[in-house]
Amino acid sequence: MIAKHEAVLAALLVAAVLAAAAVSPWLIFILTIATAKGIAVLGILLLLRAGQVSFGHALFVAFSAYTVAFLAPVLNDVALLLPLGALAAMALGLVVGAFVVRYREIFFGMLNLALSMVFYSLLEKLYTITHGTDGIRVSLPRFFGMALERHAYEWAVLVTALVLAVACAVFARIYLASPMGQGLSAIKTREARLEFMGVSARLVLLSAYVISALMAGMAGAIIAMTSRHVTPHLGYWTASGELVFIAILGGAGGVIGPFLGAIAFELVRVYAAASFADAWQLILGTTLLLVIMFARGGLWGLVLKLTGRRA
Amino acid sequence: MADWFADNGLLLGLALLDGLAYAALVFMVAVGLNLVFGVLRILNVAHGSFFAIGGYTAASIGAFVMARGLPEWLALPVLVLAAVVVGGIAGPLIERFILRRIYAEEPVLQLLVTFALFMILEDVQKLIWGVQPVHHDAAMRLLGTVDVPFGHDSIPFTAYQLYVLPGVALFTLVGLAWFLRRTLTGRVIVAVTTDREAATAMGIDAKKVFLLTFTFGAALAALGGALSSPTAALVPGVGAGTMVLSFAVVATAGLGQIEGAAIAALMIGLGRSIAVYFLPEAEVLVPYIIMVGVLLVRPNGLFGVVETRRI
Amino acid sequence: MHNTLSRRDALLATGFGGMLMPASLSHAQPANKPAEIKVGIVTILSGPASVFGVPGRQAAEMLFDEINRAGGIGGVPVRPIFVDEGPGVEHTLGEIRRLVQNERVDILFSSISSGSCLACTPVAEELKKTVLLWDCGTQRIFEDRRYEYAFRTQANGTPEVLAPLLYTLKRKPNLRTLAVINQDYAWGRDSWELWKTGMDALKPGVRVVAELFPRFNSTDFSTEITRLLALRPEVIFTTSWGGELDTFIKQASERRLFERSTLVMPLAESSLERVGNALPPGHFIGARGDHWHLHPNPADPAKLRAFTENYRRRFNAWPIYCTHHMYQAVSAMQAAYAKAIPAAGGAWPSDAQLAAAFRGLEYDTLTSRMKIREDGQGLEAQLIGTTVRSPDYPFPIMNDMVVYPPELLYPPVGQKSVDWLKTLTPDYLNRVPG
Repeated sequence: MIAKHEAVLAALLVAAVLAAAAVSPWLIFILTIATAKGIAVLGILLLLRAGQVSFGHALFVAFSAYTVAFLAPVLNDVALLLPLGALAAMALGLVVGAFVVRYREIFFGMLNLALSMVFYSLLEKLYTITHGTDGIRVSLPRFFGMALERHAYEWAVLVTALVLAVACAVFARIYLASPMGQGLSAIKTREARLEFMGVSARLVLLSAYVISALMAGMAGAIIAMTSRHVTPHLGYWTASGELVFIAILGGAGGVIGPFLGAIAFELVRVYAAASFADAWQLILGTTLLLVIMFARGGLWGLVLKLTGRRA
Repeated sequence: MADWFADNGLLLGLALLDGLAYAALVFMVAVGLNLVFGVLRILNVAHGSFFAIGGYTAASIGAFVMARGLPEWLALPVLVLAAVVVGGIAGPLIERFILRRIYAEEPVLQLLVTFALFMILEDVQKLIWGVQPVHHDAAMRLLGTVDVPFGHDSIPFTAYQLYVLPGVALFTLVGLAWFLRRTLTGRVIVAVTTDREAATAMGIDAKKVFLLTFTFGAALAALGGALSSPTAALVPGVGAGTMVLSFAVVATAGLGQIEGAAIAALMIGLGRSIAVYFLPEAEVLVPYIIMVGVLLVRPNGLFGVVETRRI
Repeated sequence: MHNTLSRRDALLATGFGGMLMPASLSHAQPANKPAEIKVGIVTILSGPASVFGVPGRQAAEMLFDEINRAGGIGGVPVRPIFVDEGPGVEHTLGEIRRLVQNERVDILFSSISSGSCLACTPVAEELKKTVLLWDCGTQRIFEDRRYEYAFRTQANGTPEVLAPLLYTLKRKPNLRTLAVINQDYAWGRDSWELWKTGMDALKPGVRVVAELFPRFNSTDFSTEITRLLALRPEVIFTTSWGGELDTFIKQASERRLFERSTLVMPLAESSLERVGNALPPGHFIGARGDHWHLHPNPADPAKLRAFTENYRRRFNAWPIYCTHHMYQAVSAMQAAYAKAIPAAGGAWPSDAQLAAAFRGLEYDTLTSRMKIREDGQGLEAQLIGTTVRSPDYPFPIMNDMVVYPPELLYPPVGQKSVDWLKTLTPDYLNRVPG
């Protein structure tokens, strides 16, 4: 029942995104970025299921985005750049994950933060390679062999992002229902029991970590191919904080939450910035505070309440 | 090796002097964060904002004192006054009306509440103090400089940097250790840090302890900011940078560890200034390298205690 | 599920795509006189660089009010829409699209940070909207590619570094040792590369005793200052700005670094009022252009005085270089409309016609007159001076000022700055004033 319910809502959400993008073309950019961030937040959600918060997942977003920026001059096609960026992030996720899954809670969060800040510092420091804060421009790539003009290209990337988002959401749902996914919940409640059953908690967490890195990688690649300019800021700790922010805003209950959260976040930011250029952080912060204080389930929780169902 | 020291020994001596002053400031911020974490089990992201607000307040009060033509020596007590004002107002307000509502929540929500506060306070600073750098260096100028011999030459250091900063840090460390071990309130705080459930079961009013600790932690951060204000200009965003650094100190030290914070701050402070002399490119990476290195060997930080696992 | 999605999408895309086409065609066609001219202004309103962004916005507010009181441009009132580039490039790119496609601005003024300049300029070009680079300094923008819609109404990093270098070499003909302490980000690195390349060509053999790049947004320079005190270089070069420059000056002044070395600080004009007399006399400073409220020979002294006094009255601060840069962008925009409106022959100029008006455009600054050359780069002179105490001001002012004309400071169109600087010879120094 819930699965069907979710599928209908997902379809409605995708349709709403496409309709909004069609009516106001300037939203294409923002909605693509929001969808990409939603995919990254989906990965955060898997870790949250295990009670672990990464305050450094912007590392994988930035790593993938820079992979795309560096490869773009030689392999200038979305069909190559997107998987390569995502896989590069996944590989990094395997290396970093092998180290950080030994830690829990605050140490887990801090180590992720520290490692992401190391990468951020390197992006700034290695000026001759990365152009520091100036960043690197990504020229307009081909789309599966087709050279599209800008407007068609932007549509193509948005649709690609939506397809990936749906695929990732479906996957996340299946994964969370699988024994590996159930293992995650066990880490949160009573990790030792998992070990008594002969299941390696580290392995369970590592698999979720690698998947979350892959999802962050997809997000990074899409962001790089949408903004077509990457800067170290993508990997700063506040960018990681933003992803966790979106996870809570959207609601950690279902796989649609991250996308609701991401779209709401981007729109609130744009409109807050447009109306109160000096105080958009204040508005975002207050929104977050209100959600946590008065709407624990996030936007997804509100949706469930409105439609009279419970997750 | 002996030759290297003959050539660089003097430089190393200078690096130690600079590193000590820097470590003192880092300690002042980190120790408050660590204290709050130990008791409330909340990693307060807004701690960096208290640092910034403390600095701004000290500069404002300092400017007021100067404009009134009051005696110059007041510049030093003004720094402490600023810390008391900020801690005394912001601490209870935030603990009572925001944090108290979320003690029962998951750590991620608690973390995000402080992240929201951080965002809000960033803009509040801008609304109150504007965006132009704020500077008030009366306290630094008051004490003049000390010439430190360097071969045939001599290098002027400010007395403020050489004596006041390490002095205040040392005083804080010793005072805090004494307070926690020798006074009743202090022992109650330690009891709550070590075992919250047992402490409350024995009739300790956790609410009161939380309020007290949070206020005290905020005041310490504000004192750190106030102490840095005579030497460093305050600009928007100064809180965010301070924050990451103190995270690194806290994780290196071990959560809730006061002496650990002092040693971690010393390692990071000295490591940084030695890097500036001998390996400038690595300067920004020093805190993270130290943290990751320590956690590799001691997963709970230098002085962290292994928590009992729930079964 | 994927199938239904892509089909739906295909439908929507074709359906709405058709609706959108006319909007994208309208760039070339002259339009009717609009109700207002909307100007999208990208500036930094959050983070450390808002020390420049906010005065820039204030200057714009003041100037737009003045234009509207005088009847607007071609009888049309102007309205600024400010957006913050502080949150980063990705946010700014979204804002640029919103300004052009939703707010439908007529012209953009874009950005302070070179990162957002490099990212936003190509987007404005793709959207076929005129963009004035009002304050960003990266010389690479017009050296790396050609733009139809982008123009810079001020100088760039090359003249801003070369002028203080010339000034220094003229006053220190026997310079032997030098150190650099710059912020560790693009401008800090770029400006050092320009200085070093120029110095090696004009005065070979100067020894660089330390290259210090403290972390961007550092608040403590005591370790770096100790090193500089121990090394005793004759000259210390720093292009730092804002809070970091203030902090460095205060810490260095207290520890008497200014007594051991001469400091060259091309951006220090913007810190003068804040650091006050902590900055001792005898050091070389610049203002990123040919402008300052005490300019030695402005073309129209009354105009400069009026601007300075109005700004001071309204915002209670001395106008710094970014307010002059905003004036230059506004002045260029007015001049371009004045040129494009008659050229459009009765209709209101289209985006393409407006952009065309900027190439070769001449316009007044607060101190002189500037020209935009064929690659879109504005040609601006550079004012450099030496600090001196004044009984009339609570902060140091400049004397021994030299204005270097643009003919000496820019590489020819199509040549990269670093390549051009390498071709300079010690003989070039003899032809330079000051």
